[in-house]
Amino acid sequence: MLARRVRAKVDGFKAMRGGIVVAVVVVAALIPQMTQNQYYLGVAFQAEMLMCLALGLNIVVGYAGMLDLGFAAFFAIGAYTTGILSTKEHWSIIASIVPGVVIAVVCALIIGFPTLRLRSDYLAVVTLGFGEIIQTIAINLNQTGGPTGIYAIPALTIGSVVVNSNTGYYYVFFVLVIAFALFSTRLRGSRLGRAWLCIREDEDAAKAMGINTNHYKLYAYVFGAVLGSITGSLYAPALTAISPASFGFSESLLIVMAVAIGGLGSIWGVMFGAAVVEVFPEVFRSFAQARLLVFGVLLVFLMIVRPRGLFPERAFQGAGTRIRALLGRTKIASPLLVAADAIVAPPTEDP
Amino acid sequence: MTAVLETEHLSLQFGGVNALSDLSIQIEEKSLHAIIGPNGAGKTSLFNCLTGYYRPTSGTVRFQGSEMTGLDAAKVAGLGIRRTFQNIRVFPKMSVLENVLAGGHLRATANLLSIIVASPGFRRNERQLHGEAMTSLEFVGLADQWNKLAGDLPYGMRKRMELARVLIANPVVVLLDEPAAGVSSVEREELSRVIQRIHDQGTCVVMIEHDVELVMEIATDVTVLDNGRIIASGQPHDVRKNPDVIRAYMGRERK
Repeated sequence: MLARRVRAKVDGFKAMRGGIVVAVVVVAALIPQMTQNQYYLGVAFQAEMLMCLALGLNIVVGYAGMLDLGFAAFFAIGAYTTGILSTKEHWSIIASIVPGVVIAVVCALIIGFPTLRLRSDYLAVVTLGFGEIIQTIAINLNQTGGPTGIYAIPALTIGSVVVNSNTGYYYVFFVLVIAFALFSTRLRGSRLGRAWLCIREDEDAAKAMGINTNHYKLYAYVFGAVLGSITGSLYAPALTAISPASFGFSESLLIVMAVAIGGLGSIWGVMFGAAVVEVFPEVFRSFAQARLLVFGVLLVFLMIVRPRGLFPERAFQGAGTRIRALLGRTKIASPLLVAADAIVAPPTEDP
Repeated sequence: MTAVLETEHLSLQFGGVNALSDLSIQIEEKSLHAIIGPNGAGKTSLFNCLTGYYRPTSGTVRFQGSEMTGLDAAKVAGLGIRRTFQNIRVFPKMSVLENVLAGGHLRATANLLSIIVASPGFRRNERQLHGEAMTSLEFVGLADQWNKLAGDLPYGMRKRMELARVLIANPVVVLLDEPAAGVSSVEREELSRVIQRIHDQGTCVVMIEHDVELVMEIATDVTVLDNGRIIASGQPHDVRKNPDVIRAYMGRERK
């Protein structure tokens, strides 16, 4: 019967993926235990940070299909808001996340409302401009410290714990990556995720589904901005100093690259893509001056071999049930299985 | 009988071209209304005006007695007027099941917070939608294709999937743009059965169709368009004998 086939397939899939997921998470969690080398830890931390940004951008580019070339702007907004509030106003880092998010959302609405009705290539130009504007503002404003930026940003404190080591920030961002990935998974399995994909696939047909495409595009842009800003707010104390140079076009491009290399719309893909984009140039340090050339050639090669990314998005995604089952917290039946059972299992016995 | 969907003096112009001129049509409740006519007669333009894809130059469109002229396509879909497209428009990189779930977009009611925490309400809602999506797929005979990518389905199956996507919304009116175009005779039979079953459920079906045999077989009303005007309307067997219709299809007899 169909129900049984579906169940077998989903179960097998779940078990296999479950094993891999657990293994990856455990290994990642143990990285600081395996090495005390601050350089490696620094690279690992940078990779996590890029994963967070890539997960944020994935909602905009991967799900909703809107090319955003100025995503680093939201990252900058979070970092600068936290930097200014914590050094000048003595806010705690955690508290400063909130105004950062608020400002990012307001900017996203201001930029998004008039421009999101544009088709992708025009949108790319507008967002590119927005990224440049934010960087230019940061360079020229006194409050943002001009070209030198803001330094002596206090450490992140969570309750009574002061986070002031590479290892500490590694774990903070470890939690953040998982939170963002879960958040993305939930959105993907809901009407929001479906609406975004519909818009990406065929905007006119999406309207026929009753999807208010302008609203949903704006939602995607705002969610991306929120994740970008939160990442920025936690990035500032980790580095203790921020300057406009970290938030330019090249950073935006790096994030887009992580998403594209990993696989648009695929949560595992963009995380892996971020790791590749961050780690590979470091691995190629032995090539000295040619390292970016080698990296570039590798990227071109990757795009030829796997045009849809390293881990392209899969056909079916159950609404978060798989992740929940993996964590072993609840054993609810997948909606799909319930559905399959309800329809295909008539009150007759199988032969 | 009352009209569920009607237009009054509807005109649509593109530059100097009159795609539709002074077109008044009534679609009766629970009818299976076929719209036929030669290529370029304005059939799809009429559909686009009825579903909010085009804004008519003048005239009104009414749904269940209230005016909806110029309403945006998403809002029209929200009223319960659902359509398919002439060159099937599926979401190719989404699974068949998700394509159908997308059709039920407005019935997914969970708010953001309950989505993020995966509240029982959200899960119940999704479970019900998944169930109904599978029922719709079953209805069109595609239940065993649920996990395929929509883009991988053959043409005929994509047409049926588009129907399932329409049905999950529990529409009041379904507008089908050439449902049987380009399909094999076997698929045509299957589609014709599905359309009749949709109609039997009490849903009003409006379809553009070139296949006159199919129209004569299942339609309850027929409207014939030519050059953006109605040249005949009525029951299928009456329309068939109408000399204007014959002329539009066959050309004028030479004297």
